[in-house]
Amino acid sequence: MSENTQQQQSGAVQTTGHAWDGDLQEFNNPLPRWWVWTFYATVIFSLVYWLIYPTWPYANTYTKGVGNTITFKNDQGEEVTTHWNTRALLIEEMQTGEESLKQKAYLEKVNAASYDEILSDPDMMAFTESTAKVLFADNCAACHGHGAALPASAFGLYPNLADDAWLWGGKLEDIEETLVKGRNGYMPAFGSTLSEEQLDQVASYVLSLSMEGLDAQKVAAGKEIFNGQTGGCHYCHTKEATGLESQGAANLTDAIWTVANVPSAPTTEAKLVAVKKVIHDGINRVMPGWSGRLSDDEIKQLAIYVHQRGGGK
Amino acid sequence: MANQQTDQQPLYEARRSIFPRSVKGRFRNIKWAILVFAYGVYFLLPWLRWERAAGPDQAVLFDLVGRKFYLFGLTVYPQDIFWLAGFLMLAAYLLFFVTGIAGRVFCGYFCFQTLWTDVFVLVERLVQGERPARIRLAKQPMNGEKLLKLGLTHLLWLLVAFATGLSFVLYWGNAPDLIVDYFTGKAPFAAYGTTLFLTATTYVMAGHAREQVCTYMCPYSRFQSVMFDKDTLVVSYDSKRGEGSAGRAKLGKGLKSQEERQAAGVGDCIDCGYCVQVCPTGIDIRNGLQIQCISCALCIDACDAIMDSLGWERGLVAYTSERQAEEGRRARLLRPKVLGYFLVLLVIVAALVWNVSHQQLFDLSVAQERQPLYVTLSDGRIQNSYEFKMNNKTGGPLELEFEVVGLEGAELDLGNFSHIELAPDQRLRLRAHIKYDPEAVKAGSQQFGIRAVPVNRADLQPFEKDAVFSWPGRN
Repeated sequence: MSENTQQQQSGAVQTTGHAWDGDLQEFNNPLPRWWVWTFYATVIFSLVYWLIYPTWPYANTYTKGVGNTITFKNDQGEEVTTHWNTRALLIEEMQTGEESLKQKAYLEKVNAASYDEILSDPDMMAFTESTAKVLFADNCAACHGHGAALPASAFGLYPNLADDAWLWGGKLEDIEETLVKGRNGYMPAFGSTLSEEQLDQVASYVLSLSMEGLDAQKVAAGKEIFNGQTGGCHYCHTKEATGLESQGAANLTDAIWTVANVPSAPTTEAKLVAVKKVIHDGINRVMPGWSGRLSDDEIKQLAIYVHQRGGGK
Repeated sequence: MANQQTDQQPLYEARRSIFPRSVKGRFRNIKWAILVFAYGVYFLLPWLRWERAAGPDQAVLFDLVGRKFYLFGLTVYPQDIFWLAGFLMLAAYLLFFVTGIAGRVFCGYFCFQTLWTDVFVLVERLVQGERPARIRLAKQPMNGEKLLKLGLTHLLWLLVAFATGLSFVLYWGNAPDLIVDYFTGKAPFAAYGTTLFLTATTYVMAGHAREQVCTYMCPYSRFQSVMFDKDTLVVSYDSKRGEGSAGRAKLGKGLKSQEERQAAGVGDCIDCGYCVQVCPTGIDIRNGLQIQCISCALCIDACDAIMDSLGWERGLVAYTSERQAEEGRRARLLRPKVLGYFLVLLVIVAALVWNVSHQQLFDLSVAQERQPLYVTLSDGRIQNSYEFKMNNKTGGPLELEFEVVGLEGAELDLGNFSHIELAPDQRLRLRAHIKYDPEAVKAGSQQFGIRAVPVNRADLQPFEKDAVFSWPGRN
């Protein structure tokens, strides 16, 4: 402000020469010339850019850029050279980038290590945790849930992998086998072979294994059916009702319910109804085998990841 | 008619070359001292060695790859990024504080644009001579002499610019190794790229753009005036004394002594133009405060020199405030604004000092897994899972054991890692399960602590971190 005042005083002020309403004038403060040169420089920059990078669409294609190519290996292992584009740049970076090579080296170290070695090395564990997290999210989370456990609203649809109950065994080798071959979790429906009263008795017995306050007569009768020919439950669940891992049969004596939604049933009656429903309808759950889709190394990482969720055996 | 006039005016204005004349004096000496100090620090700091228990032996090193920033005895980690925020706030308020009191002190004495321009002008003067010689050289047609002198000037400028760029690069690696790698072509591309960029910008900004940077590019020069008030010190010309009642006049017949001039109504300014010639931004301070003025005070030195030679009182051009000029009273220092800036400064400094001096030697973070928040185990207990993240900043190896405090009867399951060893500067993630029977029917949560006990270091306190254990309601 003072500058203008001073300029006016010394008569040095330049105006554009326009005058409105007699005395309204416009100051002329010309742009510095270097500013203009900077503008020309940006024009030259874009001309060079047009030449080097894909820029202008024409007909059904576009200018590809001169002398600016990217070479990478495609899925078949053939070398592919293409004009500059960010997708190829990403592929190249993933194949030969500094960080990718570091990751590859570490991945090889983990792949070469045994389960015991990985489990005793905090760095390899942290690395596996990160890589397998992605594998789990891509392949497993759709059924088993993001954190390897489903919310209460989806109770029993698919096994909870975050607790310490393992239908098919919780050792790393068991988990690996489950991943490779898949599992067929089957329990026949007893709705047509057992009467309503018998269903009630078996359900009472099953519930009595993990809680108190059930009708002793019903429990005794249910135990009879469970361990006898009528129900034949013990063939898979064993006489102690702890379940055969080879059949994927649940341990009925522990605090965990995998299919019957007992935990959220508010009364003993409701719990009985939940258990009865499972015995009546049976169970048919299938997990596909993943050996065709995942590599052995990926299955190994996933086995460790699943083992770590709830505390494998 | 109006259009004719417009046509004659250029749309764009070429930069008017400025050939600052050298001057000797108080402020020039202060400026040289600051310049030598700043250059000394900037160019020598990467070479200063420093003994550390772990890490490089360079006093100041910014290790981007290792994500550690070494500042003498202090190692700054990315987690300490808010120190940078604090430091920037400190710098900003210090700038406001100083500007409120004494105007553009930063611009005139400390700004790197001013410091580097000063050196470039010095090079120009040493090669081409004083202002008149430089003007003559600029005007004369190209010949051998001009080519030699201009060439030498630009060569020296480029050398200074290159040294500037290279020195900056040395802060980001071990200087003695990096400089060998640099000149044998083994340094990383970023080193060459950065040097090239900084050489170019230094050469252009200090050699060619100079005052244009301050006038057109610098945001600070645009907003600094809001911090000015009547008591702020500015470089200004005492127009009452200089102009008298009849204006300024050269020393001429009958206007030699102060008495003669006062009798003629002529002021003390002898219109020698020295103040204009020394100005690095090419303005005339006698026209009053101008946006281009960076308060470098060289015009004060120039005028003082003239006044001294005449035997007259100094201070025709001087640091003064609007209040002093108008009311003749000294500038007030204790003003609400200055005190306010000072208080904020004190708070920032205190917070920063406290924070830096209380830097944790061991970082532990405990994050509860949110999905699932809890699971029921086969024995009826509830399990929560956690991720422990830790960073050993003690400078030595650290052996740790973990325990749970404030959660009676809880079992901590760390797999094979109940006892772990951390190398110096090692970072680690661990997955932990805690098994606990809350014995409560209603859903709830309880706060507890994770304690990491450094078993190999009796001198260190256990590190503790709060966490939460959650459980579902049970029927």
